[in-house]
Amino acid sequence: MIDARLYLLQRLTAIAMLPLIATHLILMIVAINGGLTAEEILGRTQGSVGWALFYGSFVIFAAIHGAIGFRTIAYEWLIPNIRICSVASFGLLIVLIGLGLRAVYAVTV
Amino acid sequence: MKTKDQTLTVTIDRFDGTSHYQTTHNVPTRDNQTVLDVVTWIQQHDDPTLSYRFACRVGMCGSCAMNINGEPKWSCRTHVSKVVEAGSALRISPLRNMPILRDLSVDMTPFFDKWTQAVGYFVPTQTKDDPLPAIKSDDRDRAKANQSIECINCGICYSACDVVAANDAYLGPAALNRAWTLVNDERDGGAKERLEAVSSDAGCHNCHSQHGCSTYCPNLLAPATSIAGLKRQTLLNLLPWGSHDD
Repeated sequence: MIDARLYLLQRLTAIAMLPLIATHLILMIVAINGGLTAEEILGRTQGSVGWALFYGSFVIFAAIHGAIGFRTIAYEWLIPNIRICSVASFGLLIVLIGLGLRAVYAVTV
Repeated sequence: MKTKDQTLTVTIDRFDGTSHYQTTHNVPTRDNQTVLDVVTWIQQHDDPTLSYRFACRVGMCGSCAMNINGEPKWSCRTHVSKVVEAGSALRISPLRNMPILRDLSVDMTPFFDKWTQAVGYFVPTQTKDDPLPAIKSDDRDRAKANQSIECINCGICYSACDVVAANDAYLGPAALNRAWTLVNDERDGGAKERLEAVSSDAGCHNCHSQHGCSTYCPNLLAPATSIAGLKRQTLLNLLPWGSHDD
């Protein structure tokens, strides 16, 4: 159960995440050389508007993308009632955005 | 080559309107025997209550489609020797994803209803008094329409589709394939309504691109490719910079 608009939104968020995922993976590989400490991470992220925007947008794109996918999978595999699946996936969207932004806030502020 | 005194063990999934059960039959083997021959032999010699559907017997009408050893096929065009290993049995079941009326006969009403839902019918733009439009055989849109126009509505792709199995409302590969043919038919005037119909919650975007439809289509059509075309066309129409042509 997915209409054209949700399908498009899911593809657009996937496209938007591509450079973010690539940057995140490259950063991890580079940063982990010579060991990784909490101080090192926080030293890079705390007070940085750039990293806050980077991971903040990452969280929002991932939450939208995942919630739409969950809605489809839930309908096809768990509950054949699209209203229930829509409400559940919207709940998941809110939870993912909430937890994600809280984590971003914790390391950047 | 099998001799005439050999028999083939055939198991059929049956339904009498209330309960599901199986029957097993020993059918004499013949050279060049098709699965339709087997089913017909069983009805004529072993169990006259066996219900199944066929008409042309030569792969033109598509009415004899059934699941043969788990795969949807036209029984008239399926040789027993091609689907049964030496010494193994044959299992015949009705098509999936449609209500079973009795034994191997399914109710194709939902299948055809979805053709209508997908606006899978021609919407004329001219009257009989207008001159016939000249359509070149090498026209780009016509070539796309031609690729999928030979569908005979047998329901094999619909039975093969796991998305239909998981989602009752999904329009399915046959209806969407028909819609794509009409979208590319320049004489048709229903494109807007049709693209809206296939953009719904039950529409083409549900396709997981597993290509079960294209794998099993006996006419070697590619409904999955048609569905991909519909996805592309509907999304381009949604985008602010999108055009009505891909």
